[in-house]
Amino acid sequence: MKMSLRTAVLGAAAAALMASSAFAGSDAKLSGDLKIFLDTSNPAPRATMEAMIGRFQEKHPDLNIETTVIDREEYKTQIRNFLTANPPDVATWYAANRMRPYVDAGLFEDVSDLWQDAEIAENLASTKGAMTIDGKQWGVPYTYYQWGVYYRKDIYEELGLEEPENWEEFKANCQAILDSGRKCFTIGTKFLWTAGGWFDYLNMRTNGFDFHMDLAAGEVSWEDERVRKTFENWKELIDMGAYIDNHQTYSWQEALPFMVNGDAAAYLMGNFAVAPLRDAGLTDDQLDFYQFPEINPDVEMAEDAPTDTFHIPANAANKDAARAFLKFVVSADEQTEINNGKNLGQLPVNAKSSVDDDKFLNEGFEMLSSNSPGGVAQFWDRDASAEMAKVSMEGFQEFMVKPDNLDRILAKLERARQRIYK
Amino acid sequence: MFPKPIERAPRAWQLTYQGLLPVALIAWLLPLIAVAIFSIKPDSDFTTGNYWGWPSTFEGINNYRRVFFESDMPRYLLNSVLITVPTVIGAVALSSMTGFALGVYRFRANLWIFFMFVAGNFVPFQILMVPVRDLTLDLGLYNTKTGLVLFHIAFQTGFCTLFMRNFIRALPFELVEAARVEGVAEWRIFWFIILPLMKPALAALSVLIFTFIWNDYFWAVVLTQGAESQPVTAGITSFNAQYRAAYHLMSAGSIVAALPPVLMFFLMQRHFIAGLTLGATKG
Amino acid sequence: MTDVSPAVPHYPAGAAPRGWFHRNQQSLAPWLFLAPGALFFLFYVIFPIFQSFNISLYEWDGLSPAEYVGLSNYRDLYWEFVDRDAFYVSLKNNIIWLVLYLLAIPAGLFIALFLNQTVTGIRIYKSLFFFPFVISQVVVGLVFTWFYDPTFGILNTILDWFGLGPINVLGNERYVTYGIIAAGLWPQTAYCMILYLTGLNAVDPEQIEAGRLDGAKGLRMLWFIIIPQLKPATFIAFVVTIIGALRSFDLISIMTQGGPFGSSRVLAFYMFEVALSEYGFRMGYGAAIAVVLFLIMLCFIAYFLWSMYRDEKRA
Repeated sequence: MKMSLRTAVLGAAAAALMASSAFAGSDAKLSGDLKIFLDTSNPAPRATMEAMIGRFQEKHPDLNIETTVIDREEYKTQIRNFLTANPPDVATWYAANRMRPYVDAGLFEDVSDLWQDAEIAENLASTKGAMTIDGKQWGVPYTYYQWGVYYRKDIYEELGLEEPENWEEFKANCQAILDSGRKCFTIGTKFLWTAGGWFDYLNMRTNGFDFHMDLAAGEVSWEDERVRKTFENWKELIDMGAYIDNHQTYSWQEALPFMVNGDAAAYLMGNFAVAPLRDAGLTDDQLDFYQFPEINPDVEMAEDAPTDTFHIPANAANKDAARAFLKFVVSADEQTEINNGKNLGQLPVNAKSSVDDDKFLNEGFEMLSSNSPGGVAQFWDRDASAEMAKVSMEGFQEFMVKPDNLDRILAKLERARQRIYK
Repeated sequence: MFPKPIERAPRAWQLTYQGLLPVALIAWLLPLIAVAIFSIKPDSDFTTGNYWGWPSTFEGINNYRRVFFESDMPRYLLNSVLITVPTVIGAVALSSMTGFALGVYRFRANLWIFFMFVAGNFVPFQILMVPVRDLTLDLGLYNTKTGLVLFHIAFQTGFCTLFMRNFIRALPFELVEAARVEGVAEWRIFWFIILPLMKPALAALSVLIFTFIWNDYFWAVVLTQGAESQPVTAGITSFNAQYRAAYHLMSAGSIVAALPPVLMFFLMQRHFIAGLTLGATKG
Repeated sequence: MTDVSPAVPHYPAGAAPRGWFHRNQQSLAPWLFLAPGALFFLFYVIFPIFQSFNISLYEWDGLSPAEYVGLSNYRDLYWEFVDRDAFYVSLKNNIIWLVLYLLAIPAGLFIALFLNQTVTGIRIYKSLFFFPFVISQVVVGLVFTWFYDPTFGILNTILDWFGLGPINVLGNERYVTYGIIAAGLWPQTAYCMILYLTGLNAVDPEQIEAGRLDGAKGLRMLWFIIIPQLKPATFIAFVVTIIGALRSFDLISIMTQGGPFGSSRVLAFYMFEVALSEYGFRMGYGAAIAVVLFLIMLCFIAYFLWSMYRDEKRA
């Protein structure tokens, strides 16, 4: 999945200066039912989506829109059932390899025609790669967000620390934090994927974007020395005691209080963590962001920026309305609106949209536009195949708890790789 | 009676026993009591670390109001009712017939058919997961309450048949014979003679199946999704995802979800225990 | 069973229709009564068992067409066993579950003996003790998750009083299975307790008196006189406990999702995981695991049926 948001994001920066022009789809009469399934079950995204659908409804009063919000975790297992048995007309999902099983099984509608549309082709060019499998596009993105280190600025200031520029500073900061009786990082690995984020960054910083993608594609052995090097770097942090204890019992949300209470100084997370951290009472004077620092100076910086998407199931009943909805979602105005700080608090996919004037969004946008030359990855569990993602993230979790089991873990992952990518 | 009745024990031991009972009960129900107390606590108690202490203010009404008016819980509860009640009726109806057939008639395949029901009932039901899910998908019943109800009825018929058949076997067979001599049609024997005698069994089974189905989680996860059809056991997990780390609301939600079978149990206790222990005393 | 005089409609001989059906109704009737229930059961329970055997020979993601692969799923299972991967862990945990879950039987007997008195209010005590069984396992799982929570759980609070701990039960690969089993034992013990309370009610008082005259007391009395008479209750307790142990899914799914790093999986959970969970797309493999689970259960089913068969013959 070698796509680069960078080029188009640059375009977006320029475009954002201009007043965004609306293209909200044709106002042709749409009628019938439109069933929409959403996985945006957290309170803020849920409200955002429902408001957006409300605006679409206003444009098409004859359409009978029925929205179902499914818990984000459950959605991941249920999508395969409803795509075959009970297909809605529009469903949320994720880009890249994560959509492959459904594309291969012919359950997603080919929406390449939408991408022919000049406005989508130009303004969404940056994400086209992530939406493409076998030369066709299978959906549209509606948001993406940066990953990076969110930290307690007040704690850093209290200890006289600066945002780290490289691995040595990163570790030195961590040691200072540990000496002050806190943990460097909070994390909750009960649902495994959070550990995938750490692996993404450590591996991309140690071995570079291309190697990382080869590993995700199953083309490199897990027992390769380069992989081992990544884990050695990781082990330095684990051996320092950088992470909170008992992280294997927490979900990512349950790990938030450690940062809020000041027991941990930072969180490697996606930008969606900002909203609950602010809700919990952290002000922007206490909370800040930095890009995961360089480890190996010989590799280019690369970032995780997962893209969330809308698709039309192949068996949908009302595809006309669904297409109109997809167009509506990616329109510059809607993109500006739903991604602003009050709503999703993420980055718009449309180059003509404006990025909300939010400290974290600006930093993230800047980082992805100008400081991610190596490439942009989706996320470990979207870049690797589903099965490999599962086995490997379980391995990452085990490694974080029992770093001494590394050899056994790598051997297990290698066995899995040989079976899965045969 | 064993052990020796306490009234015949020394006074001191009697008092000790009386004192021990509530202590043992509280220890036994400690986790539940904790959840009950959680559910009336204010949010702030959890942020200030007052987990196990007394609630700083009483927020019970507020918490339960939020469960009922600000979440999908009422819908899940309704789904549970709409799944559980038809299942109880269906399974009891089918099994009173199968139980009658196996309990009253003597024919060659009788025991084997009976064993089929028993064995099927004991099967680890996960083995049915993949085929039943596909079957339900093929029937167009995936994610419908009907799909879940049909499967539950079929599966519970195994257990219910075992129960009914044994119950009917214990009835006086002479009644049936007498009726036959009178020339009473077989279905009338079933309807007018056996069925009235089975009332206690019907009541016991209904209460028992109600509890089993209400508490089912596995099949709810496999065969349904979302608030339109999922019962409360599955709903509680999405409820919890919505309020993660809001322990006061999760507790209130759990209590609401657990309440109907508890009420059922206390109202119908005699039948419930009769159903559960059928065979426990039979030599 | 007192009112044995229901309204039997009285057919004067000869008035009833006397067709072929009527003449054969005694041999036909059982089949007609059986048909709806038995067909339903065959359709939803018996056939799917065989289908699972069949699916286990395919590689199938549940979306695209299935591909016949012979025994290759079983070969994968074998290698997972040899390499001590997930299948090995699940199987091992299943055996731990089977063995430890049986503790519910003596524990239930113990509580039943404790409560088998006639002091005032004992009925309420008995029903409150039974309470955990009525509650959904989902709720039991949640409650115990908080009970074990490493930051605020009451378990660590209590351990702290004794200067022990803290331990993170559900985050430690050595304790996690035992922690979940303990949660499962709570309702299961209540179930066994109620079975034994009923059983104790039916114990023959004369035999107890006879035993007392012979000088049997306490444990000897329990072992030689009471327990043999409780055999039917024990049998049922054994059956329901074994079934409960092999079906364990809800608690694991709620409490740990099989973690940490897969160390609390059991077969029932693992098969769900590989076939239908977030990253699982191997329906055939899941079916193969189900077949293994079924074969384990088959030993017990055979035993149950055999003992029922013996009872039937005796009756």
